[in-house]
Amino acid sequence: MYALSIENLTKTYSNGFVALKGIDLDVEEGDFFALLGANGAGKSTTIGIVSSLINKTSGSVSIFGHDIVKNNKQAKMNLGIVPQEINFNQYETVENILLIYAGYFGIARKEAKIRAKKALKQMHLWEKRDTVSRRLSGGMKRRVMIARALIPKPKLLILDEPTAGVDIEIRRSMWEMMEQVNKEGTAIILTTHYLEEAENLCRNIAIIHEGMIVENSDMATLLSYINVNYFILDLEKTLITPPEIAGYKFDLIEDKVLSVAIPKSNSLNQLFEQLSIHNIQIKSLKNKSNRLEQLFMDIVQ
Amino acid sequence: MNTLIALYTISHKEIHRFLRIWPQTLLPPAISTSLYFLIFGKLIGDRVGSINGVGYMDYIVPGVILMSVISHAYSNVASSFYAAKFQSHVEELLVAPVSSWVILVGYVSAGVLRGLMVGSVVAIISLFFTELQVYNLTIILVTAFFTAILFSLAGFINAIFANNFDDIALIPNFILTPLNYLGGVFYSVSMLPEIWQHISLANPILYMINSFRYGFLGISDISVELALGRVLGFIVLLTLICLNLLQKGTGIRD
Repeated sequence: MYALSIENLTKTYSNGFVALKGIDLDVEEGDFFALLGANGAGKSTTIGIVSSLINKTSGSVSIFGHDIVKNNKQAKMNLGIVPQEINFNQYETVENILLIYAGYFGIARKEAKIRAKKALKQMHLWEKRDTVSRRLSGGMKRRVMIARALIPKPKLLILDEPTAGVDIEIRRSMWEMMEQVNKEGTAIILTTHYLEEAENLCRNIAIIHEGMIVENSDMATLLSYINVNYFILDLEKTLITPPEIAGYKFDLIEDKVLSVAIPKSNSLNQLFEQLSIHNIQIKSLKNKSNRLEQLFMDIVQ
Repeated sequence: MNTLIALYTISHKEIHRFLRIWPQTLLPPAISTSLYFLIFGKLIGDRVGSINGVGYMDYIVPGVILMSVISHAYSNVASSFYAAKFQSHVEELLVAPVSSWVILVGYVSAGVLRGLMVGSVVAIISLFFTELQVYNLTIILVTAFFTAILFSLAGFINAIFANNFDDIALIPNFILTPLNYLGGVFYSVSMLPEIWQHISLANPILYMINSFRYGFLGISDISVELALGRVLGFIVLLTLICLNLLQKGTGIRD
């Protein structure tokens, strides 16, 4: 059974904008799935429909076999959602936000308190449980939303850009948390603009572009499509213009920093030989960007 | 899924909200109605004399109490549900397995309680100005309860369609207040010219105020059975409208 199954999903907003043009998507139980797309591609509309915040125009969506229209309650019981924007009552305390949410899911107060404590500790928010939520930092508010989503113990957790605007330390702790939750058996769908995040965490991926799924495969297969590697070279000496060497494409980023695109068929040794011939000495090199980012740009452009 | 827990959670949250800010929600009517009783009841009322054999102060007290019930039941639900929309935390309810009727009953129950609590505060204030008679306690309680339900439902519809805070103030200011004042709080419709008597019968608040006044004084411009029947009919109608709007997601989805 699929954690999430979407068939021919379309959405046309009342102003005539067609956000989704017939999406088909299946996410396996226990998967860690990346849903990527540029702003306005249709990611949030898809998530909005799955979570019953947006009415679909046509098509069907089911969560663990429960249609979101016909078996709405059963479908929702299996779903946890962490939206992009803060959507809790900012005049409530952190713990109350979780307890009220638990109440909506029919969880008795005693059990809700146990779950809230666990989720808040997992999100490093236990010390803030009595703080009125509007006094929290942006990163803490995002963690409150994740803790809240975990309260009903969902089998499918959708995180819509959970690490946007969060510093790297908290982002790393969120990655650990997501991996832990996934290991415990919860399927996770992640949307993010940090593609290294998707590359490192997710096993399967779909790319949505202008309301259509333009790529849907496992991460390893997708990354195998890449036939060019990009590197940043720190140089010993200043350059005025980038070198011109057949088979390589150079860009001068700064006077001592060069970027280079290397076809997979060429080795780094060949590159270094060519640079030595041109009297260019390399101090160090690093990946220009993660591989997925380049592939993503190639697909959507 | 325990529906009763969800219902209790919504209701408790909403009741706690208005009790937490009681100086804004329960205190103001005590002051404004004291002024009504002082100015209209005492200062002007002494010159008006009696209506239908009842002193003017005694005549206006039931109407003023019910007017408070109406406006506070309405504004509690309208402002709270709109605030939930405005701050997006209504989404917590929409993604949870909560039935439309549970959401509706949860919000309306808090509106009803606030309306009845404010009505009780006003009734207590009135004791400083007059002795309240009780002709039929059941009719008093039923009318107050039905009225609070009806206007909580109306407030809910207002919140669903509201796109900004002005929309929340629009209906109370331009529709509810005139209907209240023209609903016979301060006068008997029998005092109006015949054409205005007929027009007044289209005002639903007229029925509630007369029924409520009957409970206190035993006098009414219209049949109490007819009044309560119409209020009940309106409750059924507005409940169906609210459930339909929630089901479709009007104003809260997309």
